[in-house]
Amino acid sequence: MADTEVGTEVRPEVGAAPAEFDVTEEQRELRAALRRFCAQQSDAAAVRRHMESDTGFDATVWSRLGHELGVLGLAVPEELGGAGAGLVEQAIVVEELGAALLCGPVLGTIGLALPALVASSPGPLRDELVPPLVEGVRTATLAAPERAGLFDPHAITVGAVHAGDGWELTGVVPQVVDAAGADVLLVAASGPEGIALFAVSGTAEQVETDPLTTLDLTRRQATVRLREAPARLLAGADEIDAVLGHAFYTASALLAAEQVGGAQHLLDVTVGYAKERLQFGRPIGSFQAVKHRLADMLVLVEHARSAAEHAAWALQTGSDDPFLATSIAQATCSDAYYRVAADAVQLHGGIGFTWEHEAHLYFKRAVTDAALLGGAEIHRDRIAAAVLDHVRATPGVPPVADGRA
Amino acid sequence: MSTAADATRVEEVAGRVVTDHDPRRVPVQEFLGACFDAGLSWVHFPEGLGGLGVSRGVQASADAVLQAAGGPVPFWLNPIGYGMAAPTLSEHARSPELARSWLRPLATTEDIWCQLFSEPGAGSDLAGLATSAVRDGDSWVLNGQKVWTSLAHRARWALLLARTDPDQPKHKGLTYFVLDMQADGVRTRPLRQMTGQAEFNEVFLEDVRIPDEHRLGAVGDGWRVAMTTLMNERSAIGAGGAERGSGTIADALALWADRPHRRTPVLRDRLAALWTRSEAHRLTAARARRTATAGSPGPEGSISKLVTAEFNQDVYEFCMDLLGPEGTLYGSYEVRREGGREADWRGAVQQRFLRSRANTIEGGTSEVLRNILGERVLGLPGDLRADAGKAWKDVPRG
Repeated sequence: MADTEVGTEVRPEVGAAPAEFDVTEEQRELRAALRRFCAQQSDAAAVRRHMESDTGFDATVWSRLGHELGVLGLAVPEELGGAGAGLVEQAIVVEELGAALLCGPVLGTIGLALPALVASSPGPLRDELVPPLVEGVRTATLAAPERAGLFDPHAITVGAVHAGDGWELTGVVPQVVDAAGADVLLVAASGPEGIALFAVSGTAEQVETDPLTTLDLTRRQATVRLREAPARLLAGADEIDAVLGHAFYTASALLAAEQVGGAQHLLDVTVGYAKERLQFGRPIGSFQAVKHRLADMLVLVEHARSAAEHAAWALQTGSDDPFLATSIAQATCSDAYYRVAADAVQLHGGIGFTWEHEAHLYFKRAVTDAALLGGAEIHRDRIAAAVLDHVRATPGVPPVADGRA
Repeated sequence: MSTAADATRVEEVAGRVVTDHDPRRVPVQEFLGACFDAGLSWVHFPEGLGGLGVSRGVQASADAVLQAAGGPVPFWLNPIGYGMAAPTLSEHARSPELARSWLRPLATTEDIWCQLFSEPGAGSDLAGLATSAVRDGDSWVLNGQKVWTSLAHRARWALLLARTDPDQPKHKGLTYFVLDMQADGVRTRPLRQMTGQAEFNEVFLEDVRIPDEHRLGAVGDGWRVAMTTLMNERSAIGAGGAERGSGTIADALALWADRPHRRTPVLRDRLAALWTRSEAHRLTAARARRTATAGSPGPEGSISKLVTAEFNQDVYEFCMDLLGPEGTLYGSYEVRREGGREADWRGAVQQRFLRSRANTIEGGTSEVLRNILGERVLGLPGDLRADAGKAWKDVPRG
């Protein structure tokens, strides 16, 4: 909740903003454009090709998202080379990328690194790093410990020391999303003046990113090893909480949007299958056991969409507590995507368990998304801490019968 | 006109109503009459019928002004009237004059309304109902039995579905009527439920005459008319609280706050999950209101009804688990009839818990609602029907 001021600072112009959830014509066009792009550049065959490649994604596709469609920096202010539209628009993009399972540093670059940069103090380093990320010609990610979607300064594993005009970082950061091949690593490290955020070149020889085999092949992770790696200071001890607060809140809202995209896709695909697949001489979707499961999936998707849209809107406008809005979205969407994905596998029957069918790719993404930035349980724990733990008895307690009329 | 402009307009109109008819000073019927005349009872209705012809989504804007000034929530004073009868009458009454003659006293709550749909032999399969209506000159003669009728003992008028042609397949032989509950041959008997209370009734109809003018829609078109009523019922039942922490969840939160010694980590997680669900539902209802158009609510309203019903049950199950041994006590099983539908919800937690068991049955069972979501929203094929195409009289019943 320390993040509110930062949210205000980076808030784009919303003078004529529509009411929450009112969909504008521009947003509809944005969604349609993304859908067309993904159908051409990231269809099922492309996803498999990219996920089995060395880098895990196609740099050309990624750069086209940046310089052709201009959709990587929708929440980045115009003076930094972004579109200055807003997080709601950026969430629409991430939702569609999630629906297509597009391989690329969506979480690392759009979700974490750009918001951290945008929230940092103005300066030449920021001016240098942001535009190429928005253009899609470079990628970045954030290597900072997190618990339940909040920066966890107690888990810092990297040390920083002065070296000449700059800094040198040493340490190991486990399981950094989108780190392998990233041009820029934003690393939280503990130095003489406290914990600060540094920019490190991913290609420096003192930096090793060891790729890890991930459950979800479409979202890579790596171990980051830094040995006296040259670093530049991005955010000092006085601003790191605000900077990483903004980054993790934004990433949580965008991850929720991605979960909605994946869940909606699976619902659509599974409904289509239930209409076509015949058993006992009739479409399986006519059986209530199947139909009711699909109805429950619909409810999950609708709730997830409401919670995710609210989180993006709340962060963009400051209209709700970002701590609660992101936890509601994460708790709702993590649970919804996983359950929808599990049911999609089930309703497809045997084919849904094969490598050939796409269901497992989404299922694995759902599992991964649920665990990243805190799963549903841990977000409920956050919610309980905020809403339940300090609540005092108030008027309005419903009567409890005591056995006496 | 845009939603924002509509909202501004209804807020202005509401502002004038509360200035001219201060709800804290004038009798409630006068205030609600003024709301009707100003078009604020159902803003999406035509002018003259209690509406302004604007999108239904802005009703909340009008209600906010009226209730902030101390106005009542009219729905609770005449729930069937406001939630179901009004939309059906405005759409299907034979003339605007007739609609108006029913709607204004409905709006003022002078006339309470009830709904005579369900029968002992027709619950989820409502279209299989057996109450007969036989044409006799300018009127119809009805015979049969209805059940689960809230407020029948206080109602002046009823919405009624009856079979006018037993030789047609079930959906095609139905006709929709408005029944005067004071007519000869109408007998009402309280129906006691699990809670001990009797908020519902059985209604017996014996040679009851209804003038043909009180028919809604064409002869044989009753099912289509009934859809207007049922979709509005579900969307009315499903309308969630507008504020964070309001609605049913407030009971669980207040009880949690009041009984710290009963807290456990498992109950804490359950309550956090319920709270999160209530938020997701609240935000979804808000989204639905913003996209609502002037027409009748669509099958999407069924999402809200389904969720609300199961959510209420889960909330009161949580409350009972929090209470522990206290939950095994009860207030009184003595029958009280005053207050109607609301009374059960004002009772003790244990009574609310029992009452919530009906939530997944009344207004469409959760099973039927999942069929509606599957078939009407997702477009899945219907189930096999043993009675498809058969004359109603040839379909086995029991």
